[in-house]
Amino acid sequence: MLKIWSMKKEQQKAENAEGAGGKKKKITAAQLRVQKDLSELSLGSTMRTIFADADDILNFVLEIKPDEGVYHGGLFTFTFNMDQNYPHEPPKVRCQQKIYHPNIDLEGKVCLNILREDWKPVLNLNAVIVGLQFLFLEPNASDPLNKEAAEDLRSSRENFRRNVRTSMTGGSIRGTSYDRVMFNRA
Amino acid sequence: MATTAASTGPSRWQYLDKIRRNPGPFNQDSDVGDEALAAQDKAKILVIGAGGLGCEILKDLALSRFKDIHVIDMDTIDISNLNRQFLFRQDDVGKFKAEVAAAFVEKRVKGTKITAHNGRIQDFNEDFYMQFQIVVCGLDSIEARRWINAMLVNMVDMEDQDSLKPLIDGGTEGFKGQTRVIFPTLTPCIECQLDLYTPRAAVPLCTLATIPRQPEHCIEWAHIIAWEEQKPFPNLDKDDPEHITWLYQKASARAQEFGISGVTYSLTQGVVKNIIPAIASTNAIIAASCCNEALKIATTAAPALGFEESYMMYSGDDSIYTSTFKYDKKPDCTVCGEVAKPLQVDPKMTLKELLDSFALKADLQLKKPSIRAEGKTLYMQFPPSIEEQTRPNLEKTLQQDLGLDVGHEVVVTDPAFPTLTFRFILSFV
Repeated sequence: MLKIWSMKKEQQKAENAEGAGGKKKKITAAQLRVQKDLSELSLGSTMRTIFADADDILNFVLEIKPDEGVYHGGLFTFTFNMDQNYPHEPPKVRCQQKIYHPNIDLEGKVCLNILREDWKPVLNLNAVIVGLQFLFLEPNASDPLNKEAAEDLRSSRENFRRNVRTSMTGGSIRGTSYDRVMFNRA
Repeated sequence: MATTAASTGPSRWQYLDKIRRNPGPFNQDSDVGDEALAAQDKAKILVIGAGGLGCEILKDLALSRFKDIHVIDMDTIDISNLNRQFLFRQDDVGKFKAEVAAAFVEKRVKGTKITAHNGRIQDFNEDFYMQFQIVVCGLDSIEARRWINAMLVNMVDMEDQDSLKPLIDGGTEGFKGQTRVIFPTLTPCIECQLDLYTPRAAVPLCTLATIPRQPEHCIEWAHIIAWEEQKPFPNLDKDDPEHITWLYQKASARAQEFGISGVTYSLTQGVVKNIIPAIASTNAIIAASCCNEALKIATTAAPALGFEESYMMYSGDDSIYTSTFKYDKKPDCTVCGEVAKPLQVDPKMTLKELLDSFALKADLQLKKPSIRAEGKTLYMQFPPSIEEQTRPNLEKTLQQDLGLDVGHEVVVTDPAFPTLTFRFILSFV
């Protein structure tokens, strides 16, 4: 053990640092990583974050207002939750509105590969946010969570577009009513 | 069992003593006296986990002349443990693992003291971990490994050489296993090696929702989608047979609908609880390797894993294969990459004054620093909403208004240095 310690002393000398002081209130690895991720987010003009408690950065809401595509004019919010296992485990992401979308089910679960089977610790929150944004621009009929919406998209893009508009204004499609998500621009 | 002198008297250790006394190419101390041999009796060693690996580790350590062993485990004994966790008997079902394991080994290896702690590792503080010389982990959770790793890395204090605790981490999964030795802050830590873990095999949600192909898909569908929609019970208890039966029935119905066979009750349990078959012999091999390392570190009888090669992997899948290799420290590791440096500040200073001082410091020169403390966001430059929320903190004083104190850690990031985090431990002028 003494030999190990003398190596430590030498390493420390090389770094030219002084001894550490008190020993309380350490920041967890997950918090550290989220702080890093947040400072590198690129939100652009269509997204913003909402923190209910600024001290709790492991939980926040992301607001997306697509500025093009079939979901243009809508306002969608997603809850983000990271636990102490982040980034080993992916963030948990849920849509807070009941929406008509091939890749989002009525409970708000999202089918995005990097949120589940393709997540890796080298990915970050920015990758997830870019992925969500992409889902609104290019809904994907081949990986459906809402089967009916996916079939509509596959069979007729025009019909799908009409259904999206109906659902976004709070209408119902085949007996399922959707949340109104239109926002009024100032 | 007939008790012989060899198993109780001091001659019990005669072969171990020979290994330690005889000079050899690896034996670093050529003149080991009785005093040095007896010093091992005083070594205090902590075992985390008293499950499959833990039982083996406790037994091996006791038989390697470690006499003061502590063990932590939060779990109680389940009937399914009995096939491999050999310190437990049917009558022990429901009792704490740590307690039963400790009592069993104490009884069989006379002169060994094992102290059991029935609880979570997170329930204990730095003072508790400081009393040990070596920590051996036989855990099945990555979260617990990361926690103890961060704890031991943060405990290293230049002023106190006893604060550096070698961490020996064993792990098994089916026929595969690993042993690694970590000298916190000196060699790559668990966080540096986080990418090595195979991610849990997950099936795309849309496959579960629309085109299941395997019995597991039907079970996962029942678990993730049907349960949430129907909520037959308020909270899913994976140990409640009634809940598992509900999932099993839902999964069976779905399997029938798609013409899939193979959904059984035990498969349902296995998928929902993510059970990986544990193999007794893999546990025995990995535990033996962990204890070998503990003995080498405690006695310097031979070079241990750690500085050169630090990672031993074992695979028994297809005959037997082991490989020992060197893993590098990650320079930007969030736990050990940037060891917290002391930072002396005036407690009456405002946060803004502190941040401005970072711009002036020659070794920092941070123009857009964001800063957080444990569970507290002091000031973040980005994203805009949190900037607005934390802006009022800029005019507040560090100690009185923001509640920062001596010994608190603060972490500073800056977009100009995306791979760096700057960590400081506060002290006051």
